[in-house]
Amino acid sequence: MSDAFEPTIIAFCCKYCAYAAADLAGSMRLSYPSNIKISQVPCTGRVDIVHLLKAIEDGTDGVYVAGCMEGDCHFVSGNLKARKRVEYVKKTLTELGIEPERVEMYNLSSAMGPRFAEIAIDMTDRIRKLGPSPVRRQPRPVAATEQKEGER
Amino acid sequence: MIVADRKSLSEIQDMVKNCRKILLVGCKGCVTVCNVGGLKEVQVLAATLRIAAKMADRPLIVAETVLERQCDPEYVEMLKPVVNDFDAVVSMACGVGPQFLAEAYPNQRFFPAVNTTFFGGAVAHGIWEERCAGCGTCVIHHFDGMCPVARCSKSLLNGPCGGSDHGKCEISKNVNCIWDRIVRKKVEQGRLDDLLDIIPAKNWQTARDGGPRQSRREELFQNG
Repeated sequence: MSDAFEPTIIAFCCKYCAYAAADLAGSMRLSYPSNIKISQVPCTGRVDIVHLLKAIEDGTDGVYVAGCMEGDCHFVSGNLKARKRVEYVKKTLTELGIEPERVEMYNLSSAMGPRFAEIAIDMTDRIRKLGPSPVRRQPRPVAATEQKEGER
Repeated sequence: MIVADRKSLSEIQDMVKNCRKILLVGCKGCVTVCNVGGLKEVQVLAATLRIAAKMADRPLIVAETVLERQCDPEYVEMLKPVVNDFDAVVSMACGVGPQFLAEAYPNQRFFPAVNTTFFGGAVAHGIWEERCAGCGTCVIHHFDGMCPVARCSKSLLNGPCGGSDHGKCEISKNVNCIWDRIVRKKVEQGRLDDLLDIIPAKNWQTARDGGPRQSRREELFQNG
């Protein structure tokens, strides 16, 4: 078994575009990393700041929201609202000392199966480079020092 | 409504730095409407504080609740069964909330999570503006529904001053000169002569200058 870090990534996908694009990617037999856990939403406007923060709080290494192309939202502006919420969470993560790149917003259409797979690959690569989420990362140096002192 | 802004995360973290178990209390009144201290904002702040605690490897329990209003003793009373189970309580209501909580539960510590700013309304989604200064003597009928007490930087009752520049106030290009608007509206309505009546100096005793205020309604007040 490999010790390589395999991130857990949650993707909030709009039913009308990204989720359908994921279906298309499957039909096209395109492979994308199994690290992505898809959560279907009726519109990315349904994704709230608290959903993104909860994912981070629970130790998810990365989260992204995938909505319709700007101007094409089934509910007019849900994807624009989602983008602003993602930006808010990025700022909050920065304040907390967490890499804001762990949260991202993407736009694609239901016809873009290959793009869905590309996003999944890009995001997985990005999070692999960043490493495990600092929220669940063990504070190893401190623990190691304490142990050494205890041994003495 | 009363408008507020959330305090910075670092300020709130500093308040509760010695606590291991805190209760975040939101309010379903004004701060819910101005999206700063309702259920959602309580959840967001709680999640943020928990993430920060995990990052620092510090044990912190953050419980969440929202009261109907924090400015009414009957709702404040609802915290009674749990309020002393925590090291501190953080109120996300306006400045009235933590004070009512502190009066009701003298043995607990209360911290404000928001800065209360003004009485105002939403001019666009996500933008609130001041409309009332709570001066205790309303004068907006003299100014066609616009209050110079709250909306003129100098609270002038006989304006505009020389700092009015193309509809903007001299303090900032982002601040409209309300006197410019008042004059324009009077001109549009053909009632500019109204402004020839000089309004006498305002009695500020009904405002904060008269000290803390109380509103008493004998028909509602019940002894004991």
